[in-house]
Amino acid sequence: MTIRKTTAMIAAITMLAVGACSKKAPETLPPAPAGTDAGSDSGIGNAVIPGSQQDFIANVSSDRIYFDFDQYNVDAEDQATLRSQAEWLQRNPNVRVTLEGHADERGTRDYNLALGERRANAAKNYLASLGIDPSRIQVISYGKERPAELGSNEAAWAKNRRAVTVVIGQ
Amino acid sequence: MILRSYSLSLVLVLTSAPVLAQQTPTPTPPTAPAVTQTEPRETIEGQLSQDRTVIAIPALATPAVATVAGLRTDNLGRQIADVIAADLERSGLYAPLGPGSVRAITMPEVTAPRFADWKARNAENVVHGFVRASGTGGLIVGCYLYDTALGSELVRQGFEIQPGDWRRAAHKCADAIYSRLSGESPFFDSRIAYIAESGPKGNRTKQLAIMDSDGGNHKFITNGQALALSPRFSPDYKKIVYVSYLADRVRVFIYDVDSGTQKLVTESRNATFAPRWSPDGRQILFSMAVGGNTDIYRISAEGGTPVRLTTAPGIDVGGSFSPDGKKIVFESDRSGSQQLYTMNIDGSNQQRISFGGGRYATPEWSPRGDLIAFTRMGGGEFRIGVMTPSGGGVRMLTNSWQDEAPTWAPNGRVIQFFRTTPGREGKSSIWQVDLTGVNLRRLPTPRDGSDPSWGPIRP
Repeated sequence: MTIRKTTAMIAAITMLAVGACSKKAPETLPPAPAGTDAGSDSGIGNAVIPGSQQDFIANVSSDRIYFDFDQYNVDAEDQATLRSQAEWLQRNPNVRVTLEGHADERGTRDYNLALGERRANAAKNYLASLGIDPSRIQVISYGKERPAELGSNEAAWAKNRRAVTVVIGQ
Repeated sequence: MILRSYSLSLVLVLTSAPVLAQQTPTPTPPTAPAVTQTEPRETIEGQLSQDRTVIAIPALATPAVATVAGLRTDNLGRQIADVIAADLERSGLYAPLGPGSVRAITMPEVTAPRFADWKARNAENVVHGFVRASGTGGLIVGCYLYDTALGSELVRQGFEIQPGDWRRAAHKCADAIYSRLSGESPFFDSRIAYIAESGPKGNRTKQLAIMDSDGGNHKFITNGQALALSPRFSPDYKKIVYVSYLADRVRVFIYDVDSGTQKLVTESRNATFAPRWSPDGRQILFSMAVGGNTDIYRISAEGGTPVRLTTAPGIDVGGSFSPDGKKIVFESDRSGSQQLYTMNIDGSNQQRISFGGGRYATPEWSPRGDLIAFTRMGGGEFRIGVMTPSGGGVRMLTNSWQDEAPTWAPNGRVIQFFRTTPGREGKSSIWQVDLTGVNLRRLPTPRDGSDPSWGPIRP
C-alpha cells in the first residue's frame, strides 16, 4: 500500500514536470529502484519477493492506465503499459491480479460503478488478448468511491479515471 | 374505543378521557384528504419568507405528572410540542411559535382554548394537546388544532403509543395539522435510509444508517468495514436493499431490519448494484455488469431467476417504478450520453424522455406519479430537477456544485438529495427542497451523509 502511494506521488510529480496539457496522465515511470522503498513489510530486509506487488511495480511501466472523460477505450499509451504488465504476468504465471476500475467524481454514483466496470474490463480484455488467461484476472469497480487524487480539478480527475492492476497472490 | 390498531404499537384512539368527553368526538381520519381547505399555502412561485401561517404550539398539558418507562409526561409534553413545531417549520409553510416562546397551557384549556391570548400573538392557528399515562404502561397523546379567528376546532386526534414511540405521536400530530391546513398528504411520519460518511476523501468510511424524516431515532446499521452504497427501504420498512463491498465484491444485499441478517439479492459472479423496490415490495430492480456491459434486471424479492429488461449495448442502470407498478424510468447512455428512458416492466416500449442539454441521471418517480425527479449534469454542475413522465415541463430546483440522487417524500411534495462540496476536503450532506425550489434546507446528521432514500408514510 505504501509502495503504491509513493508511486502515485511520483506520477504526480512527473506530470507536473511534463506539463498538464496532455489529455492523458503520463503512465511512463522509471522502474522504482527495487528494495529502496520504505515501509516494505517483506520481512526479509529489502529484498523484493518475486511475484509480489512490489516486484510488479518495479518491473512494469505502470500499474495503471488512464482514460478520457466518460471513455473506456485502451489507447496506444495504455497498450504499452498493459504489454509491460502482460510480460510480467507471463514471467509469473501463478500470480493472479485484480483490475480495479475507477471514475472521477463528475458522474453519478451508480453510473460510475458501471463505468468503472467498463474500464476494468477493457484492461482485462487487452491483457487477455496478449495471452494472459482471463481466469487469472478478477475485476472490481470502485466508481468514484476511491479517488487517488483528492482535488476537484482536471489534473486530479485525469488521474482518477483509471484502471489499476493489483497483485492478489499466487 | 379503539378505532384502528396499527403495527408498531401506534394506535389511534378515541379516548373516553374526561377532557375529551366534553365535545362530540370527531377525529379526523389520518389518511383522509382534508375536505375543507384554507387557501393554498404553497404555489410554484411560493415565497418562504412571507405568508407563512403563524401557529402557536405550547407544550402539551398533562393531567397528572407521571413517569412512564423513565419518561415524565410533563417533559414529554414539551418535547412533543418541540418536534411538532420543528416539523411544521421545516415544511416551509408555517411559522410556529414553539413551547420555548409561548406560555404553557392548563389541562382544561386543551378543549377550551383562550383564543384571545393566541390572537394577541398573531397566531392564526393554535395546537393544543395532552400527554398522560395510559395505565397499561403506555402513553396517550391528544392532538388538537384550532382556528383562532373562528374559534373552531380543525383537528382532533389521539394516539395510544408505547413510550419509546413518542416522536411518532408528534409526527402524526404534525402530519394531521399539515394535511388539514395545506390539503396535501402527510409525510412527517416516515423514515429515511442513507449512507453515513466519515474519514478522508480518498478512503471514505460509508455506513448504512436509518433515521426518522427529521433525523430523529438515528441508527447505524453497518459498521463501516465494507463500503455501503445506495440503500432503499422496502415499502413496509422491514427490509433495506443496498450495495455492500463485503468480501471485496460489489453486490446487492437485502438486509432484514428486525433480525439484523442479510442475504444476496441474487447469486452471481458479476457485480450487482443500483437496487430499487417495486411499490408493492414484491420485486426488486437491480443493475448487473457482465463483461463490462451493465443492464437492468428485475427479480422477485423472494429470489428466483432474474429477468433481464434491457439489452442495448452501453450502460443501462438504476431505475424507478411508477407508483402503479406498471412502468420503469431508468438511465442509459445508449445515445452516447446519460439520458432518461421509460419502459414497461417487462422491458418493452423503451422510449427516451430527456432531451434537454446535458446528461440526465438517477430518475425517481414521484409517489404521486405526476413527476420524475432527476440529477442533471452540465456546465460543471449537478442539479436536481423534475419533469413530467413524458419528459415535459423540466424545472430545476437546486443550483450548487454537485447535488445528486433525489428521493421523494411520501407525499410527492418534497425531495431529499445529497450535496457534495468540491476540493480535497469535499464532504457530502443531506438536503431537502420542496417543489417550489425555495424551501431548501440541510438535514442534520451525526456524520456526513449521502444516498438518502425516503420511505412511505407509516401506517
